[in-house]
Amino acid sequence: MTIECHLDIRGVSKHFGGVQAIGDVSLQVNRGEIVSVIGPNGAGKTTLLNMISGFYHPDSGSIRLADRDITRLSPSRIATLGVARTFQNIALFRGMTVLDNLMLGRHVHMRTGALSAMLRFGPALREEVQHREVVEDVIEFLDIQPLRKQPAGALAYGLQKRVELGRALAAHPQVLLLDEPMGGMNIEEKEDMARFVLDVNDEWGTTIVLIEHDMGVVMDISDRVVVLDLGQKIAAGTPDEVKEAPEVIKAYLGTQAAS
Amino acid sequence: MAETTLPHYLLRNAREFPHQVAMREKEKGIWQQWTWRQYLDEVRDLALGLVALGFERGDKLAILSDNRPQVYWAMVAAQALGGMPVPLYQDSISRQLAYVVDHSDAAMVLAEDQEQVDKVLELKDNLPKVRRVIYDDPKGMRHYNDPWLTSFIAVQEKGRELGRQRPQLFDEHVSAGRADDSALICYTSGTTGQPKGAMLSHANLITAVEGMQTVEPYYPTDETLAYLPPAWVGDTFWSLAGALMTGCRVNCPERPETVQANIREIAPHFLVAPPRIWENLVSEVRTRVDDASFVKRWLFHKLMPVGEDVARKRMEKEPVGVLQKGLHRLAEFFVFGPLRDHLGFRRIRSAYTGGAPLGPEIFLFFRALGINLKQVYGQTESGVTCVQRDGDVSLGTVGKPFPNVEMAVSDDGEVLVNGPMVFKGYYKDEVATAAALKDGWLYSGDAGLMDPNDHLVVIDRAKDVTALTDGTRFAPQFIENKLKFSPYVKEAVSFGQDRPYVAAMVDIDMENVGRWAEKNRLAYTTYTDLAQKPEVYDLIALEVDRVNRDLPESTRIRRFLLLHKELDADDEEITRTRKVRRGLVAERYADIIAALFSEEVATVPVTSVITYQDGRQATLETTLTIRDVGEVLAGA
Repeated sequence: MTIECHLDIRGVSKHFGGVQAIGDVSLQVNRGEIVSVIGPNGAGKTTLLNMISGFYHPDSGSIRLADRDITRLSPSRIATLGVARTFQNIALFRGMTVLDNLMLGRHVHMRTGALSAMLRFGPALREEVQHREVVEDVIEFLDIQPLRKQPAGALAYGLQKRVELGRALAAHPQVLLLDEPMGGMNIEEKEDMARFVLDVNDEWGTTIVLIEHDMGVVMDISDRVVVLDLGQKIAAGTPDEVKEAPEVIKAYLGTQAAS
Repeated sequence: MAETTLPHYLLRNAREFPHQVAMREKEKGIWQQWTWRQYLDEVRDLALGLVALGFERGDKLAILSDNRPQVYWAMVAAQALGGMPVPLYQDSISRQLAYVVDHSDAAMVLAEDQEQVDKVLELKDNLPKVRRVIYDDPKGMRHYNDPWLTSFIAVQEKGRELGRQRPQLFDEHVSAGRADDSALICYTSGTTGQPKGAMLSHANLITAVEGMQTVEPYYPTDETLAYLPPAWVGDTFWSLAGALMTGCRVNCPERPETVQANIREIAPHFLVAPPRIWENLVSEVRTRVDDASFVKRWLFHKLMPVGEDVARKRMEKEPVGVLQKGLHRLAEFFVFGPLRDHLGFRRIRSAYTGGAPLGPEIFLFFRALGINLKQVYGQTESGVTCVQRDGDVSLGTVGKPFPNVEMAVSDDGEVLVNGPMVFKGYYKDEVATAAALKDGWLYSGDAGLMDPNDHLVVIDRAKDVTALTDGTRFAPQFIENKLKFSPYVKEAVSFGQDRPYVAAMVDIDMENVGRWAEKNRLAYTTYTDLAQKPEVYDLIALEVDRVNRDLPESTRIRRFLLLHKELDADDEEITRTRKVRRGLVAERYADIIAALFSEEVATVPVTSVITYQDGRQATLETTLTIRDVGEVLAGA
């Protein structure tokens, strides 16, 4: 199999006022890889994700998706190009059902206008049926059949996280950005989620960029790990290489432990 | 041609009503359907595929799956080849599984999905007789490359190919089938010792359904839901034999968790459920009513007693007054009709409860709603044999035997069954067969009696009926069932054999007691913590008192305690069908039982080891309080 660079981030920097959130970070993610970004709080992990998905634009540097420059594109444009993400603090419509939330995840692929969609006939109806099929695949994939008609806000936290992943998956992304998908979960929920992440990658060949604090999970499921500290990339490599890297130990445990 | 085996009925249905829907399963949010002809095609492809894999006459096919169409196809396919399906409980743990699969000499195993395949793979070394494992759902199976495994679709593909080469092969196999060929090996849940495999022939299954049909006819337009464990003989009775013979439609739920929603969508014409499900429905209705608007609440609370009163009068064949009739109409319009619709019982003709006694108030609740809930009775060794008749339903009995069933009570009070549905014997167990079958009579092991109206009343398992030290007859299950009628009691075990009095260990129902605690502002953390609250003891004491009122003085419960954990099928304390394994429980809880019968002891320390799913163990130490039950409160 030829290795193809799917996401190419070169020398990006981002300042907020006088604070440098990200300074000259480069990162290449190959197609079909699971790459984790780790680092202490405030290291700039989420900022990096926000730049990939177009929420922020970098002050300098470039981001390419396959052979296309997406550095300055709007979030909605980037989403249409096949990049989906989940949020650290669940971004579901709490009053809407799980099914409707997932259907919304298909939004980027919807062609027909609001009026014909409301009238529900012809192409609009056909399109809705197609979208529903995709969404049902996701529902089955995530084992959430019993939750279809439940309001998202009424679900347990772990399940909301699962639905949040489902909303991103509904878009059939080529690149999936996951911002702490296992944050606040118990062991069992984490195991389930790790399984889902691996299955997504396996079944659809989706490229995954993952931010996660649970080192066990990160080391288990990542192909490569990138370590950020204070906006700088301090290490990168396979999980085993990163575990041994003195810079990482220093960043996580302080200077004393490293020496 | 007269149909003498179940596959014959499938051929008949495919011939006579090929385009009628035979089966549905909800998948991807839509009810997918199969006509009788498609049902036959699926079965034929699978059966020939099994032949291609080397399945021979007399071979057994173990089935480890939730209720899916594939389960029923596989059962008929095995039968068509002169083999026997051996359905297993889906939630069996490895050891239980290993025993049954090995004991049944299963040549092949059908496993539903990755989870079940993993269980079987783990046991591979203990299952030398299993030649192939067939899996149905390919999700997550991509990297499994054990040559032992093959997919359902691949087997069917092989079958299609064989069918092209030898188009008559399937029909030849089916016509070789005889009525007294074994059609099923159904393992008993085994309250004592290892499970035993009851062999039922085609004739057994067919005559049992015929018996039911003379009393309760089903029609090809009827809908029902297949959601009870395939390993339970009742599922074969209704979802397989019943459906094949009467042509009614079997609907498989989307997931075990969606059963209730699926019942509502299907609105079945008949449905069987164990007491636990009826009880859950009642608590759900009551909770929903509590959350409803004032008017709805008021209507429900005013009109429900009317319904219950009318239902009681009808059961006791008393006349219903004109005023009450009018009120009942009103109740029907405002409350009962909508509630029936909401529960999915809009079209129900017969709802059955079986497996264990159902509390009288639960029974009355559904009858008040106008749902024709009836008790059925039967056992693994004979299928269903008794049902309450329409217009002749009374509390506490399990109804009359079918016309083709002969039933008697032995001098020792054991229920005996005779008829063409009585099984062939236990697989590879002559001793047990000889003990259960004498002169054609099946010794059911249930203690019971015939009431004056010839209705069967089941008291307990015969071997459990013993005596207190003073010689009073003591039937533990009779007392336990009365306790379990309380929504707050999930499980109860009573002791009294060769003891001066009766004492009980009680498992609280976490959900209902938890809700009660919330309502009463009682803070708690875990199950153990909740169970040991004095307030909860008071609550259960009231239930014990209620039970004691109905019992003769000498068998009243004198002391009880609330257990720190639920009795669990994974710990083998209860069976998969929720029957207590008395011997094992008595052994494991010997200290607690000793304390229950030492009157000066008021507390008992317990230590238990908990194994988490990831293998870590934790020790839990706590002290259980024993409560003495005083005299029955005034008014008894």
